[in-house]
Amino acid sequence: MAELFIFFDQIYRILFLLIPVLVSVAMIVWLDRRVWAFVQKRRGPNVVGPFGLFQTLADALKYIFKEIIIPASSNKVIFILAPIVTMTLALIAWAVIPFSETFVLADINVGILYLFAVSSLGVYGIIMGGWASNSKYPFLGAIRSAAQMVSYEVSIGVIIINVLLCVGSLNLSDIVLAQKDLWFVIPLFPMFIIFFISALAETNRPPFDLPEAEAELVAGYQTEYSGMMYAMFWLGEYANILLMCAMGSILFLGGWLSPIDLFPFNVIPAPVWLILKILFLFILFALIKAIVPRYRYDQLMKLGWKIFLPFSLIYVVLTASFLMYFDLLPGN
Amino acid sequence: MSLIRFFKTIFMIDFLTGLIMAIKEIFKPKKTINYPFEKGSISPRARGEHALRRYPNGEERCIACKLCEAVCPAQAITIESSEREDGSRKTTRYDIDMLKCIYCGLCEQSCPVDAIVQGPNFEFATETREELYYNKEKLLENGDRWENILAANINADSSHR
Repeated sequence: MAELFIFFDQIYRILFLLIPVLVSVAMIVWLDRRVWAFVQKRRGPNVVGPFGLFQTLADALKYIFKEIIIPASSNKVIFILAPIVTMTLALIAWAVIPFSETFVLADINVGILYLFAVSSLGVYGIIMGGWASNSKYPFLGAIRSAAQMVSYEVSIGVIIINVLLCVGSLNLSDIVLAQKDLWFVIPLFPMFIIFFISALAETNRPPFDLPEAEAELVAGYQTEYSGMMYAMFWLGEYANILLMCAMGSILFLGGWLSPIDLFPFNVIPAPVWLILKILFLFILFALIKAIVPRYRYDQLMKLGWKIFLPFSLIYVVLTASFLMYFDLLPGN
Repeated sequence: MSLIRFFKTIFMIDFLTGLIMAIKEIFKPKKTINYPFEKGSISPRARGEHALRRYPNGEERCIACKLCEAVCPAQAITIESSEREDGSRKTTRYDIDMLKCIYCGLCEQSCPVDAIVQGPNFEFATETREELYYNKEKLLENGDRWENILAANINADSSHR
């Protein structure tokens, strides 16, 4: 009986996290389209529901009723598995995101490693989808995507080392609490910028949306997908973007902490602050989608390997020397 | 010069300028209209859905001269005619295949009595193909429904005809 209770308790807690995440993914798609339209002086989706808020739900409903076409020459098992992998990996990472001091599903000690590992695995969904489609555009898209995501993973890893040097713990709650006095965005500002740009590349957002560059590759790895399987790729992508925004706000913008520990600010509940910071980063994502042209592939690789990687490595050395010299290293 | 460019790249000056401009654009008035709820203005010469007009006394204008049928480049118009009891020549059949029609407006231009005209209505989508094979009844009904606007449009354009 007790085991059953624990089981249902866990299920309840997972659903309590997952359903808001899925709903906010739907809302974030709407926000993305809306910001994009506003920058171009269009109106964007504004018909379904108040301000068009339910547009994504209507779209998802449409996808559910559409036929799923599986190409005859595809590897069917992997073809079907790919969107499931993408969606699942985008969602399981939310387990370790701390919304407040107590509100975290799995408060594990290697939270940031888990997050990093899961977001790295995200590339498998894309490779599987592109490879199993057995068609040229998905294949090219998947190759580009794999190279791009792996390259930028490296610089994100080095950036995370910078943060970890200042915290001395891999636990995400500890990382947030270490920013009580000073958000890491101030001492590590260049790293924040590089993290943000790498996050754009990691989630295949413009200006780094080469894997689905519609002018050259039709829709990249999603070309052969239709119906609900396409919708899962699409929602998984946005869940990943939201996750990167959450990661950025936890690593650099002080997670659930309020900007100043003063009266009107510190009564606002902690999760609200995290959500506001995620929204801020996401609106930046959406604005950037509206204003920048797409990078060329060699420029993308050059930026990742020749500029971001050396620069963040130098910054690791600088951070470490600074902490050593002023005896600020955490843990002693 | 290259030093300036270097610092511009490092501090992403161009990018930030673009970002600020994008944020300013957000608050400017929209250039698009809220289509199904508000509609843009349409020229009197707009070539939309066809209509057969009547004289104010209710008599059909069409005299079955078949000029429109002859001029139609898509051969979308089919006309059959016969003599009526009072000796006037009238159409017994006037069909337009709206799927063949290319909306060139030649039928309207060729008509000597302003009978066949193209109105401002462009929202006549249907669920089946068959509904777009217009016959005489449908065209006359269109003419009755849009007569005020059609007459005003022809009047507005009269100095150019």
